[in-house]
Amino acid sequence: MSAPADDRLPLGVGPFARLVAAFADSRLALAGLALLLTIALAAAFAPWLAPQNPYDLMQLDILDSRLAPGSPSGDGRLTYHLGTDAQGRDMLSAILYGLRISVVVGVSATVLALLLGMALGLVAGYFGGRFDTLLMRIVDIQLAFPSILTAMILLALFGQGIDKIVIALVASQWAYYARTTRSTAMVEGRKEYIEAARLLGLSTARIVFRHLLPNCLPPLIVVAALQVAAAIALEATLSFLGLGLPVTEPSLGLLIANGFQYLYSGRYWISVFPGVALLLTILAINLVADQLRDVLNPRLQKQ
Amino acid sequence: MTSDKAAPLLELRAVSKQFGEQPGRIERVAESLGWHTPARPVQALDAVNLAIAAGEVVGLVGESGCGKSTLGRIAVGLAAASAGERRWRGIAIDRLPPAERRHHQLGIQMIFQDPYASLNPRMRVRELIAEAPRVHGLVGRGAEADFVAARLQQVGLDPALAERFPHQFSGGQRARIGIARALAVNPAFLVCDEAVAALDVSIQAQVLNLFSHLREQLGLTYLFISHDLGVVRHLSDRVVIMYLGRVVESAPVDELFAHPNHPYTQALLAEAPTLKVERKRFLAIRGELPSPLDPPRGCHFHPRCPHAIARCRVEMPLLREIAPHHQSACHLNAG
Ligand SMILES: Nc1ncnc2c1ncn2[C@@H]1O[C@H](COP(=O)(O)OP(=O)(O)OP(=O)(O)O)[C@@H](O)[C@H]1O
Ligand code: SF4
Ligand SMILES: [Mg+2]
Repeated sequence: MSAPADDRLPLGVGPFARLVAAFADSRLALAGLALLLTIALAAAFAPWLAPQNPYDLMQLDILDSRLAPGSPSGDGRLTYHLGTDAQGRDMLSAILYGLRISVVVGVSATVLALLLGMALGLVAGYFGGRFDTLLMRIVDIQLAFPSILTAMILLALFGQGIDKIVIALVASQWAYYARTTRSTAMVEGRKEYIEAARLLGLSTARIVFRHLLPNCLPPLIVVAALQVAAAIALEATLSFLGLGLPVTEPSLGLLIANGFQYLYSGRYWISVFPGVALLLTILAINLVADQLRDVLNPRLQKQ
Repeated sequence: MTSDKAAPLLELRAVSKQFGEQPGRIERVAESLGWHTPARPVQALDAVNLAIAAGEVVGLVGESGCGKSTLGRIAVGLAAASAGERRWRGIAIDRLPPAERRHHQLGIQMIFQDPYASLNPRMRVRELIAEAPRVHGLVGRGAEADFVAARLQQVGLDPALAERFPHQFSGGQRARIGIARALAVNPAFLVCDEAVAALDVSIQAQVLNLFSHLREQLGLTYLFISHDLGVVRHLSDRVVIMYLGRVVESAPVDELFAHPNHPYTQALLAEAPTLKVERKRFLAIRGELPSPLDPPRGCHFHPRCPHAIARCRVEMPLLREIAPHHQSACHLNAG
């Protein structure tokens, strides 16, 4: 089972560099990554990219309401490339700002849920015992509830707001990370390199964070990548239902909901363009996440 | 605490190990509902005594499942014994306060079987070797590169490879890295559990030579675990034969090969390849290896022993000195 030394690789090519090379193998994934980066940049720089500030009522002109895509504004200063909504708001601007909120909510909820689930899962998987048994029962119960139900119940209790929806999303998603981390930590924690680290007298903290954690990350990254998309979709659903964000901070979900009533009167753009933006975001994330999963899958990976 | 110079370097006193706990309350309820079959305890080690002198190389041989790895893991301190005591330089090391125990424990290291799983895939060789000595203050930050280079040279690797990751090495090279990592904390005692079993036969000999070379150079003491008598003979001063959780014979290597006393040892030698390093299971010994879940009463070997007498079925033979430094556990020696 011994493999020949791989001398073709330049000195010190690390696991990370190998992953990057493997990731770039798929054009579709690269296209997804490019799309994702574009979306991320658009979200990050929305205030500078958007033709108007859609939340500044002074900049809106009610006379410009429900204009079709490509119409000029009443004062002739700008063109509404994606049309306007019922308040005369430029849809392109609204979408850029909405995207910003959706991405911020999705990413921060994912990061927090990841950190929480990972910490609990590492402890449970490495140390086992009662804490592990207890945690896994809670995870089972948590995962038996549909995420949307958990989130809706919490939002009904907390009320609206970005912080509230982030908490609701974390509460409905941490369990995925806890379960994934725990099962990986159990497998990795039994490997001989961990035993070697113990014999070398390294502290438990060092073993868990420097030896165990880095080797538990690959499946977590895959789960996290997929869960960002799930978090964004969940937030959009909640906002669409009027449970998520307040009207003053419309995310994509709320924009879709706002335009919904006009769909049948032919003013499709108010709902459809935010919907397309949401769809592209989720698609891009999934393309990247799928390739990450293939690349990081230990069974497909050669030793 | 002072250490006793006359004491063995490492001593196991009446060490036993059971796997499989008594079922807890939940398991008992589950069982009563017919969900769960009770986990029967496995007696992996049964009151094993083993003393290893400083500078000695002890080979531990036995069939698969006889408890060699369990013994090795207890000897290095990776597992706790169910009963019995581990002594290091005459000190009951496991009863020391944690900081002191850790200090002594550094002197006992293990060389693992799997050259892949035993190296953290996300660390460069430099970090694999230097981490522990740096943490324990054995090497200063500035001296790290030289330290790693010296350790790599010591195990026959090119110091230029220090910046590489484990996946860039062959099995034999990885085994050497594992040895360098253990040596980095200046151990006195190494437990090698099937340390060459995963390697190609041609590589095995090279790594075995490295072990003997390091022993001479550093005055190391080894517990060398293998199911391969050829490997053990090459390296050991003394050979200990285990059967189903018990030591059945212990003798200096030449004595054991020239005058094997225990019928099990005799059967092993009749089967063993000569000096050729060739992996072979001891299948031709008559009968099946009994399950450690349900060991035979009396002498564990009696169902397969050609010389078994009535007494063997009821009374466990004790390990007795039959010649200087030669012990065997067989009723035939009682005369
Ligand atoms: N963690 C464990 N839990 C339960 N049973 C175990 C465990 N480890 C070992 N055993 C059992 O204890 C007995 C001795 O196992 P051990 O690994 O020490 O044997 P071994 O001599 O090293 O065998 P091999 O040559 O196959 O490595 C076996 O019956 C094994 O099934
Ligand atoms: S004690 Fe009896 S059964 Fe056991 S080895 Fe000796 S003769 Fe055989
Ligand atoms: Mg073993």
